[in-house]
Amino acid sequence: MGLGRFVVTRTLNLVLVLFAVLFLTLAFAGPATDNVLKRGVDVYVKNDIASLCDKRNPPSFCRDANLIKQQMEEIKQREIQNLGLNDPWWSPKRLGYSIFSLATLNLGESYFLRSYGGSNVVRDIILEALPKTILLFTTSTILSLIIGIFIGIRAARKPGGILDRFISTIGVASGTLPVWWVGIIAIVFFSYTLRIFPARATPLIPPTDPAYIPALLYHMTLPLLTITLLGFGSWAYLVRNLVIGIMQEDYITVAMAKGVPERGILYGHVLRSAAPPVITVVVLSLSGSLGGGLITEAVFDWPGMGRLFYTAIGGLDIPIIIGLTYVYTAIYLASIFIIDLLYGFFDPRVKAG
Amino acid sequence: MAQRGVRSLWRDFAKQPEGILGLSILILLIIATSIALTSLPPETFREWSNPTYWVRYPKTAEPAWVNFFSSSKQPEHLILQQPAVNEDVLGEFRRVTHSYTLDYSYDDFPNDINFNYFLNYGATPPQIELKVARPDGEIFSLGRTTAPSPPAQLAVYRFNGTISSAERILRNTVLQQSSKPNCPVSALNDTRANVLIFQVSCDKFDEGSRLLRGRYTFESSFFLFGLDDRVQKTELIIGGKVFGFMGTDDLGRDIWTGVLWGTPVALFIGITVSIFGTGIGLIYGVASGYFGGKTDEVMMRFSDIIISFPLLFLLIIIAVSTRMTLGLLIVILVVFGWPGLSKVTRSIALQLKTLPYVEASQLIGASSRWVMIRHLVPQITPYVIASVALSVPGPILTEAGLSFLGLGDPTLPTWGKILNDAYTFGAGARQLWWWIMPPGVMLALTAIAFVLIGNALDKVLNPKMRKL
Repeated sequence: MGLGRFVVTRTLNLVLVLFAVLFLTLAFAGPATDNVLKRGVDVYVKNDIASLCDKRNPPSFCRDANLIKQQMEEIKQREIQNLGLNDPWWSPKRLGYSIFSLATLNLGESYFLRSYGGSNVVRDIILEALPKTILLFTTSTILSLIIGIFIGIRAARKPGGILDRFISTIGVASGTLPVWWVGIIAIVFFSYTLRIFPARATPLIPPTDPAYIPALLYHMTLPLLTITLLGFGSWAYLVRNLVIGIMQEDYITVAMAKGVPERGILYGHVLRSAAPPVITVVVLSLSGSLGGGLITEAVFDWPGMGRLFYTAIGGLDIPIIIGLTYVYTAIYLASIFIIDLLYGFFDPRVKAG
Repeated sequence: MAQRGVRSLWRDFAKQPEGILGLSILILLIIATSIALTSLPPETFREWSNPTYWVRYPKTAEPAWVNFFSSSKQPEHLILQQPAVNEDVLGEFRRVTHSYTLDYSYDDFPNDINFNYFLNYGATPPQIELKVARPDGEIFSLGRTTAPSPPAQLAVYRFNGTISSAERILRNTVLQQSSKPNCPVSALNDTRANVLIFQVSCDKFDEGSRLLRGRYTFESSFFLFGLDDRVQKTELIIGGKVFGFMGTDDLGRDIWTGVLWGTPVALFIGITVSIFGTGIGLIYGVASGYFGGKTDEVMMRFSDIIISFPLLFLLIIIAVSTRMTLGLLIVILVVFGWPGLSKVTRSIALQLKTLPYVEASQLIGASSRWVMIRHLVPQITPYVIASVALSVPGPILTEAGLSFLGLGDPTLPTWGKILNDAYTFGAGARQLWWWIMPPGVMLALTAIAFVLIGNALDKVLNPKMRKL
């Protein structure tokens, strides 16, 4: 199969998964959304009638309880009709509309969460949080990648040496620790015991203040340190394994026999061969850390998408939950797609197999 | 490779120090599981999320062993349930006594004293009397009451009552007995019953500590008038500031009990998902590779779709809209957990199916199912054994994360749930380390154990890795 067909199947896969996730999201959240919306209509109608009957000259039906009930039912049905709630969530009309509006990021209004600017449009709220998530997790991934590659290569020079064994242990141990739990410990130790860093990573000053950005960077230090320190071990271990594996290849032996200096072999031959798998893991872990960072952000109270998700779950702000699921899924799928394409270009076997 | 016996496999495995370390941790976890399953009361598991079950326990108490590292001994929370029982027949009625003896040698007064009793009786309500004999020989009466009259139509009436140091009546009784001519009430600056009972008489106030250390005997007497009347159970609770091996949380739940119960739950989730996921992945991959062609194409596209599902978000959506249960969680994790392995097994099956003995088997007329089950699966199994161990931590950590978000099975004591409670009660800011550390350490240990075992198995079973 040619590269063209490969790209087509990958794209189809991407679109298919995206729609499947959207459908499942709506399938699970749809009934809940309907209930919430209907309850909202109830409250609205009650307030409406109450304000009507509180006036100096109340309409005639206010004198009879039965008439009030009848009037309320009428207004309620009209509102439900207006909102399209009389169709179930799976009716083609509503489903099509929901998926279309999700795909175009037309995510409606949140129930109660607001952006800093006071907007209750889901798109505004999410777009405000998105850059902060990217800032924290991209920075920490790049930092731990650089440290990891450097230490991994050092460790691979002497397999079985002290540094190698240390890195292997650290790599296994730190890769399995839940970052959010270490985050809690770090906050207890650095913020409450030593009082070096703030316990909450959200600056107290509003984002419009010019001092906001330095304050944000200062508040970012503790989460950044925690994520980086937990992350670099696995990178080092990965790079070490790749390098040791490549070092056993015949062409490396040939290069050594030719008298190429060790640095030249490591940085010229070995790293070049190790690049594709490392790129894969970089892209995957970038998108993966966005999702895994959900709980970490909540723990550190970092004002990104993860904390927004956490707050939305706590208050069952369904439009925000659906919107964030869509954005996260899109980022995740886009990165898988990019890796697939990169692999398709780099590795001819992928196209064939 | 499949021919190599279990014995030689074990010999190779034993040479891997990391594998042995992982195995040792796993054995500890299995010991924790068996302690939980055999010696913990099952109610502590069922009633974990029911605060009324935990009222007998102290709230936010530190572990008892902090006393070893501290100059002053904090009073330990004592729940005494095994009294010395005595029964006398005195003419018309019987007198049953339950007495509790304790050595009080702490450096602070108890927080409170509660005596609970559970009675069965007929028409005439029994009388209850509680006394305490102090180390200095004085005897305080802590009250005398009569159980309430039963509703007329009942043959046996069950009643449980409490005599508590928090009651005003008890406080006044004890205050009267503590104040003597040389000891006016005004001299006693703390007049709580739990303090007065454990305090030296006030003429000795100048001699140092006011706390009266030594042997206390709490004696309760029940005067029963019916032949079938029974004292079912009594318990004496001396409220303290430290408790048990890992202390308690804000609701009085014993952290050690919760952490122990978390072990079987976590292992069950991890191992079930791992075994089913690996099994499905193995068979799916083998079938895909063996049949090849269009079937292979369709099967691999399907696994691509499954593999690119953002699982955590799906779980969150499901948990938000329905009630998450352990079974549902395991099913979802299995349904989305198998495709990674199927890619590996497929590529091995692609190589194996061209081997002469497989083709020979096909030529004699063996069915595809026979060839796959008898020839391919046994050959591939060694490769996937390591991945059984390596895929245990994932589901455990996912469950912990979900529970930490408050979206797990709400009734189960899991490590993530305990951490969620700690987080919502602000245990971090209050530095309640005994609440935060144990569940996280257990999570980390479990994950590390399986990763170490998996890596060691990988090196043993996958010769290319052994050189590393």
